[in-house]
Amino acid sequence: MATYHLQSPFTEKEIRRLRVTDTVYFDGPLFGIRDLTQIYMFDQKHIPPVSLEGMPCIHTAPSLRKVNDRWEKVCVGTTTSTRMDRFSPDLIGKYGVRAIIGKGGLYEGSLEAMKKYGAVYLAIVGGAAALETQQIQEVEAVYWEHLHPEALYKFRVRDFGPLTVAMDSHGRHLYFEVKEEAKRRLPEIYQKLGVGQRERG
Amino acid sequence: MRDFDYQIVEDAAKELYIRALCDLPPDVREALRRAHEKETNPTAREIFEAMFRAIEIADEQKTLICQDTGLPIYMVKIGSGFPWNGYEIKTRLNKGAERATREFPFRGSSTHPLTRKNPQTSVGERLPVITFDYIKDAEVLDILMVPKGSGSENMSTMKMFYPADGVAALKKFVVDSVFESGGNPCPPGIIGVGIGGTADLVMRLAKEAIVRPVGQRNEDPQVAEMERELEEAINAMGRGPMGLGGDISTLAVHIETAYTHITQNPVAVNTQCWPARRSRVKIHPDGRVEYGY
Repeated sequence: MATYHLQSPFTEKEIRRLRVTDTVYFDGPLFGIRDLTQIYMFDQKHIPPVSLEGMPCIHTAPSLRKVNDRWEKVCVGTTTSTRMDRFSPDLIGKYGVRAIIGKGGLYEGSLEAMKKYGAVYLAIVGGAAALETQQIQEVEAVYWEHLHPEALYKFRVRDFGPLTVAMDSHGRHLYFEVKEEAKRRLPEIYQKLGVGQRERG
Repeated sequence: MRDFDYQIVEDAAKELYIRALCDLPPDVREALRRAHEKETNPTAREIFEAMFRAIEIADEQKTLICQDTGLPIYMVKIGSGFPWNGYEIKTRLNKGAERATREFPFRGSSTHPLTRKNPQTSVGERLPVITFDYIKDAEVLDILMVPKGSGSENMSTMKMFYPADGVAALKKFVVDSVFESGGNPCPPGIIGVGIGGTADLVMRLAKEAIVRPVGQRNEDPQVAEMERELEEAINAMGRGPMGLGGDISTLAVHIETAYTHITQNPVAVNTQCWPARRSRVKIHPDGRVEYGY
């Protein structure tokens, strides 16, 4: 379990060096996206007006405030990723995104894409928006404003983390592994609770 | 007949919502600290440390801990010693919740269930969720507020078992529910279990269970023993903080019970995430307000 301090955008080499349970902190640009952003990009076929090559993307619907022409952060947290799983392989394969940040992980298809193209899933601590918000230095740009709070956001972050590598570019998936281990332990747990084979459900 | 200015209730409703979102109860903080002490998995320990930093920042800046402002729930206990006006209370709680949203301001999370239009008020049809109960001989109006986040609420489960399935089936159901939910409800939090009642009451019992201070045991020794057993069982699965592996998957299991029908055996699970938010106020007829948890 190693700790890395990186700079975005990321290279394939440094992403492929990461392993499940490593910890990552990074500085630099971070793009915020959510369900509507990706529906707009993929289902409705709008090409992003900015390059996402090598960039990290975080699943969020940020609370922002517009002051004159600038956007200010109010409260930025992270949402569950699984419902956006179907967009992730293209985010990685088509647009070159090298890190997807969220909570709960993604599925097999995304894991395959990470292996093929060199990308990772970084798990953020859910519920810690106060910390996350503080690590965002500024909101550099908001693209596709009409989709707010599910637009395409460019944040600039410093010491963003701790992020746990939960899916790496070598086929490992920490959420699956932890779940499989829990499943293995269940028979003994049931027995200790006095749950026999007879029990329904 | 003494006059009471119900504006006090409206102001308290607003204050409760904001307090709950920004200031974690001391019993929750302490439970998280103790959990961190016991945790041996290095990834899990780092996750706890990030949680503590988030709490610290929220304390310093008087800001939201988590971005999910949740659905507002007010659990009201009316003291029978004073002629409190229930309709006024209900109306004022609604206004107070909306004012908290507009005036703090924070993101409203309520929506029409079909059109999915968000009024940005945190309230709407049948929201806030308000429950009333009564305290004999007291004059006080006791209001507990829970902003219930969706990550955990979406993991709610309920089942109507047969009496013949026994208590073992209920225990298995709780363990299985927690197994299925994995890291989704942002563990380690409080797992509320309801046993008995009708289908709607059992779910409400589970919700009442999560607002009990962490680790406060059910008064019935048999139920308290079940709470301990289930805590051990859930931690033994090893899902850990955020479902990324670890020794501590829950801070506590709380069980609330009610009598039920002779041919029913209902059970419900309602999970509260690690920022187990709640706030409380006691309002006196002379207008004094005492805030707490």
